[in-house]
Order: sequence, then structure tokens, then C-alpha cells
Amino acid sequence: MNGAARRIARILAPVLVGILVLAAWEAVVRIEGIPRYILPGPILVAETLWTEGPSLLGSLLVTLRITAAALAAAAILGGAIAILFARSRLLELSLFPYAVILQVTPIISIAPLIIIYVQNTFLALLLCAWIVSFFPIVSNTTLGLNSADRNLLALFRLYGASRWQVLRHLRLPTALPYFLAGLRISGGLSLIGVVVAEFTASTGGTETGLASRLIEASYRLEIPRLFAALVLLSLTGIAIYWALSLLSWLLLRRWHESALPETE
Amino acid sequence: MSAAAEALRSASVATAAPLLRLAGVGKTYRRGVAALGGVDLDIAAGGFVTLLGPSGCGKSTLLRIIAGLTEPSAGERRWAGGAAAPRRGEIGFVFQEPTLMPWATVEGNIYLPLRLAGLSRAEAAPRITEAIAAVGLEGFARAYPRELSGGMRMRVSIARALVTRPRLLLLDEPFAALDEITRLKLNEDLLRLWESEGWTVVFVTHSVFESVFLSQRIVVMTPRPGRVAAELSIDLPYPRETALRMTAEYGAWCRTVSERLAAAMAPHASGTAAG
Repeated sequence: MNGAARRIARILAPVLVGILVLAAWEAVVRIEGIPRYILPGPILVAETLWTEGPSLLGSLLVTLRITAAALAAAAILGGAIAILFARSRLLELSLFPYAVILQVTPIISIAPLIIIYVQNTFLALLLCAWIVSFFPIVSNTTLGLNSADRNLLALFRLYGASRWQVLRHLRLPTALPYFLAGLRISGGLSLIGVVVAEFTASTGGTETGLASRLIEASYRLEIPRLFAALVLLSLTGIAIYWALSLLSWLLLRRWHESALPETE
Repeated sequence: MSAAAEALRSASVATAAPLLRLAGVGKTYRRGVAALGGVDLDIAAGGFVTLLGPSGCGKSTLLRIIAGLTEPSAGERRWAGGAAAPRRGEIGFVFQEPTLMPWATVEGNIYLPLRLAGLSRAEAAPRITEAIAAVGLEGFARAYPRELSGGMRMRVSIARALVTRPRLLLLDEPFAALDEITRLKLNEDLLRLWESEGWTVVFVTHSVFESVFLSQRIVVMTPRPGRVAAELSIDLPYPRETALRMTAEYGAWCRTVSERLAAAMAPHASGTAAG
């Protein structure tokens, strides 16, 4: 397969699979006569998405705002923690296990506590999402900061570089690709964190996010609306991943292997 | 080349003002591996000295000790006139790998030593341009390392080392990973720069041909723990160019140095080398 054909196949193949699955789904729903409150067909979901879209979009914005804030906090605080870890081995040894504990404890089990202790809903949701999303950034960036080329480090020493200069001119640029890889993982995790927290907090709050709408729809057995919200949520996740990939590519395209085509 | 003439030449080199004197320098790593076993060596100012030896003989370690990047576990290094360690920028170091920052352009990489010394980009610009011209990379100032060939990357590495106008230039098998044609060309270019810039050069290699072509003086080292097995002064006249490689004198020197290296490699030689 030559280059152009491969590019077309890369887009066409998954699209074809998608269309086939959707067609099969629609066919099964129609042939079997499955009621809409159990499984709506894709056409009905699309219609619902169209009619309910404006109201769902408002909720999506609420979710997105918290996701973006949580991701920004994860990037800034995660990056700062990584710098502290790279700076002091003792600090890393003492705190890293707790970062791991925070990471492996299912957020769904801490979320109720956070929602009780943190009065402000926005902050409570933000905290939940942050807990889920900061770890990949910390762990990746720490690895990156410690991955500076040994000979370059020697060269910096030879020229009498200060610790700040080593950080600024060597460790941070080395860590950038690692940080961006972490950010890409964290983007999706923030969204998941917000959704989980909204599920838990669904009863309170005047501004409801997309997850609350999802639950509400499920209580009322408005399955087409549930599917519409689900589709919207998935699209948001994809958009976040895509945006962060674009950011990564923009920052690395001049020099990093990951942003280059395989053959030049 | 008679032994007497060789000795005479050695004497004349030794009378040149020493820049650096190594006295009984040894290095044993924490794991107990003895890399260097007591090296006495004078580096004459303005000279071109090559450390020649098999892989793992500690010649790179010796170079790092000279640079101050590694502390010797025995012996000492003294700078001329009892002066303290040279100021930053007075030593240039070129590694076996080009060791460039992939995120910086050719210009940015060469700017690094000056940037670390606190020079602004504008202040550094003329010297960067000069260094780029010295290694023949005009027109590539804004290229990234990945866009360059192996030989060109090594040229950037050399330009970065010479941009501070060092007194002492240390090169650790800089051309070992390059193809033959590029290596020969870079050998000549390095000699040309040495003659025009007036550095003192300490060059590490395991290639006999390279050492003979480049050096005024070759220090043959034994396998680990490395000691000085022999010192030879190469009396071939400078400037040395490609044609030299075809001459009988060059061939004779290569044979002599090869013999000395073989003798240093022989197990019984290591015992006598310390003396």
C-alpha cells in the first residue's frame, strides 16, 4: 500500500466499521421491535441529540468548565510537584507513595466524602477531577526531568551552570514531551473525574452538568436522551484528546521524534 | 626514525611550558573497578596530545578528570604556575556523541556555553556566527540537529566547544561513530582549527591512524587499570593534509605506534608500564 492509499484506508476503514455497526444496531431494533425505553436505534438517538441538543449543551458547558479547571490545576500543580520531586530525592521518596495511594483509590469511593467536606460544589467537583488526573502528569514529568542526557548534564557542569539554569535550559525541555504525554492521559481522566463526581453529587446544585442529566434521564427511563448525553460525553472526551494531541504536536513538531513522520 | 631522534623530540616538547601536570592520578570506582592506576603526564601549552589505548583503558576517565568532571581517587592535577582550576569556558569538551539539545537549533546549541555565562543573545551573536563559520556550517544556523548528518552534528558540537575560545580542548573519541570519509575530513578540519586557534588539545582515540595523523605527541595507555605505557613524539611537519597519509613516513609511524600499542596490550607489559 502506498502512502496516499494508506492514509485513505486509515480514515475509511474505521468509518466503514462504524457505519456497519450502526446499521446493524438500527436493523436489530427495527426487526425485533425493541421498545425505545429499552434500546433506541441510532436514528432516534440522533434525532434526540438534535432536539435536546441546546439544553444538553448548557449542561455540557458546566461539565467542560470544571474539566478544564481541573486539567489546568493538574498541569500546574502536577508540574510543580514533579519539579519538587526532581529537585529533592528525599521529598520524592517521602511523598510519592501517597500520590500512588491517591491514584489507586477509586475516586467513586472518595467522592461522597469530598462532597460532604467541601461545601462549594464547583470546588468539590474540581477536587475530585484533580485527584484522578494529576498523577499521570506528576509521574511522567518526574521521569522526564530525571531523563536529561548525562553528557549534557556534564557539559552544563563544565560551564558552571546553576541549578536553575540546568532546570530551565536542560531538564524542563527534556521533560516537555513526557509532560505532554501525561497531559493527554490526564485530559480524559479529568472528564471521567468530573462525571463521577457529578454522579455522586447529582442531587445538589442549581447548575447541573452533563452527568446529572444522564442520571436524571435514566431515572425517568428517557433512554434516547440518555444515549444522546452519552454521545455528547464521548465526543467531548475525543475532542479533549484531540486538542491536547494537537497542542503536543504544535510544541514538539520542530524537534521531537514523536511529532515526525516515520520516514522523511 | 631513530630512538635518539625520538628522545630528542620528546625533550623539546617537554621543555614547552606545561599547562597542566598530572601526578600519580588514579581512579577506582565505588564498585571496586580500577579504571586508572597512577598516571603521570604533562600537558604542554599549545600542544596536541593523543591518549591512545584499547576500549576500557580509562582514557575517557582521564579526560574527565582533566576536565574536572570526575574527581581522581589518587594523585592530583595541577595547573600551570600553581593556578587554581581554570575559569568556566576555558575548557571545551567534545563527547563521542554530538550531545546536542534536540529542541534547540544549531545556533541555540552553540549559544549554550555563552548563555550559561550570562551573555545575551545579541552579545553572543558575532561569536556564534564566527564559530559556525569556523566549522563550515554557514547557512545551517537555524537548522535543528535532526535535520543534519552525523558529521554535521559533530561539527556543531565542535563549534559549541570553541565558541568560548577555550585554552584547553578535550575530545573524547569524537569521530569514532562517523564514516571513514567524514572522519578524515574532520581530522583535517580539526588540525586547521588547532593551528589557527592556538588551543591545547587532548584527544582520546583508539585509532592508531587517527592518532598519528593528528598528534604532536601520543600517549599509549595499557588496558585497565590504565597507565602510561609509552610516549611518542610524532615529528611529521604541520600543516598535515591528505597527501600525508600516502607517505612512507606516515606509514612508518603508524607501524611504530601499532607496535607500542601491541606491546602495551601484552599482559607482561602492564607491570613495567608504571615505571
